Amino acid sequence: MPAHPSFAGTPPFPEAARLALADPQLRANLARATATIRTKRARAVAERDDWEALRLAGAAIKDETLRDLPALLAQLEAGVTAAGGVVHWARDAAEANAIVVGLVREAGVDEVVKVKSMATQEIELNAALAEAGIAAWETDLAELIVQLGEDLPSHILVPAIHRNRREVRAIFEREMGRMGRPAPADLSDDPRALAEAARLHLREKFLRAKVAISGANFAVAETGTVMVVESEGNGRMCLTLPDVLITVMGIEKLLPTWRDLEVFLQLLPRSSTAERMNPYTSMWTGVTPGDGPQAFHLVLLDNGRTDTLVDPVGRQALRCIKCSACLNVCPVYERTGGRAYGSPYPGPIGAILTPQLRGINRGPVDAQTASLPYASSLCGACFEVCPVRIDIPEVLVHLRAKVVEQHGWRAHASEESVLMAAMGWTFRSPRRLGLVERAGGLGGRLIGRGGHIRRAPGPGLLRAWLRGRDLETPSRESFRRWWHRTGRHEDRA
Amino acid sequence: MTDAREVVLDRIRAALSDRPAARPVPRDYATALPSDTDAVDLFARRVADYRATVHLTAAADLARVVASVLTDWGVRRLVVPAGIPDRWLAETPAAVARVGDDPALDKPDLDAMDAVITDCAVAIAETGTIVLDGRPSQGRRVLSLLPDRHLCVVAADRIVGTVPEALTQLDPRRPQTWISGPSATSDIELERVEGVHGPRTLDVIIVRADG
Repeated sequence: MPAHPSFAGTPPFPEAARLALADPQLRANLARATATIRTKRARAVAERDDWEALRLAGAAIKDETLRDLPALLAQLEAGVTAAGGVVHWARDAAEANAIVVGLVREAGVDEVVKVKSMATQEIELNAALAEAGIAAWETDLAELIVQLGEDLPSHILVPAIHRNRREVRAIFEREMGRMGRPAPADLSDDPRALAEAARLHLREKFLRAKVAISGANFAVAETGTVMVVESEGNGRMCLTLPDVLITVMGIEKLLPTWRDLEVFLQLLPRSSTAERMNPYTSMWTGVTPGDGPQAFHLVLLDNGRTDTLVDPVGRQALRCIKCSACLNVCPVYERTGGRAYGSPYPGPIGAILTPQLRGINRGPVDAQTASLPYASSLCGACFEVCPVRIDIPEVLVHLRAKVVEQHGWRAHASEESVLMAAMGWTFRSPRRLGLVERAGGLGGRLIGRGGHIRRAPGPGLLRAWLRGRDLETPSRESFRRWWHRTGRHEDRA
Repeated sequence: MTDAREVVLDRIRAALSDRPAARPVPRDYATALPSDTDAVDLFARRVADYRATVHLTAAADLARVVASVLTDWGVRRLVVPAGIPDRWLAETPAAVARVGDDPALDKPDLDAMDAVITDCAVAIAETGTIVLDGRPSQGRRVLSLLPDRHLCVVAADRIVGTVPEALTQLDPRRPQTWISGPSATSDIELERVEGVHGPRTLDVIIVRADG
């Protein structure tokens, strides 16, 4: 039975960030990985002249979805049911977990295979299954690394982004044998060899699995179709081989029409893995006689989504398609890694989504949650890369105002100092700082066609910074000045 | 469970009590390739970008190309869905055992197969994608999943330019698998490795219209 560490107990962001910043291996791993993916994404996106039109369409479709959510959910439910599936509704994590545990017990098994799923991370389903005596085997390579390492995920797309190849080899050598087929005796740290070890380790689990649990990237209300995008084929294994498939899906992951997929099947792969298309996309509508699982259960999850929907500014966070592009461009994320955010949703999107899912729109939240809207320099790079145009800086500022209202502005004075430490790389060097400042002047000239701001020149991280600075004129006001201005303003209000 | 359903729907309605304004979805993105782009040529290049192997052939030579791929792979047992025309395998050596899926193969048997041959429902040039939808020439989804090598025959007239064009030709009620290259992962240091759980080798034969 694998162990299931929890994000519960993560200290507020400044403290968690300090710990992360003190780990040079973590910082090196993150810097390398995020630099790679940033470059690749920029290339994949530059290939499409109509990228901005796709983003505008994506944002509008998601807004339409949220606006019509009750009718669309009912339509999805009808479509899934008509095609032989069963739809369940869950108000919160506990209810969703109870539904899933009940279904697995009904199937009479004590293990399940899992496709990487943010929703099941969020509700800590694996721990709930373990409590019921059910082993949940993660099958995505990065999830497997996290699970075997008894670790917490640190990135939406690549949960083991904080691990390098030597660490992965050590985890495989040490842990695989405890959970099933051991790693080959002469395992090297070549990613090819490590992927092969995972293939062999998981194959026996795929072949004997009776129940699989997945999330969903999208569901189409019009047709009742549910969809999972992936790369490795572990998703196909889980979605095809077992007798019973249980999909846990947030109520916001809907699209109104089949046609709408034409937008999201283009936005998501380029934004997340920086590919024209991910290797595998599976779509299914209910049950197909003679092909794949003959029982399909769809669990529709609220768990704070309606608490997010309630806020006219904050609800745009529910457009998120979990691509993780905002993590990869975030100068704060790059330094602290994902675990400092204390939630399966790290980075800029996590900083606006987690507090809302945890009820900040309804009333005061705990100190860790309240610290999250401060885990940003408001540089704006996240908005620029967001495929559904979530104005993350806008929501961050909006949520900071709520925190100030609820806790008083002095409660978070220390966030500022930690952010400055995280940003020290830039600010410590007069040359780098000079480049950043100069970028302010470049900004005007970099505004391209249609008023969209184009990429600034420069290497890696610096370019991400410059890009942000070009984009977000508000960020030319220093964080310190901004803090005092808005903090005092709210304090008096 | 009805309870939870009503509660969630009520919560949504209450959350939307500000009645956000409806706005039309702008669809100003491209739905077709530029008119001077050769879709077949683009498809071939894009599939090759994923490190899949692409073969171009005339219909008259298809059986020869199929045979040569299977021979190169050293295939001894080939899964052949019911809808694959016999003539595609007319030149494949008798040493390659053809295994049908009727009665349905069980998982361990399928796992022991060397390769599978299918066609596709539609192929997308821009993204180098083939789409399977479970028709008889493709069979159950698992047939193209467990064998380690997948040979996909793509008739040139099944190739469309773009994702929007492909969606108009697909039936949402059929289970679909969109395949863009062999299985891959970038989970270790974001270095791409081809070949994890799905078929590690993907060959695509594009069959040009005769004449």
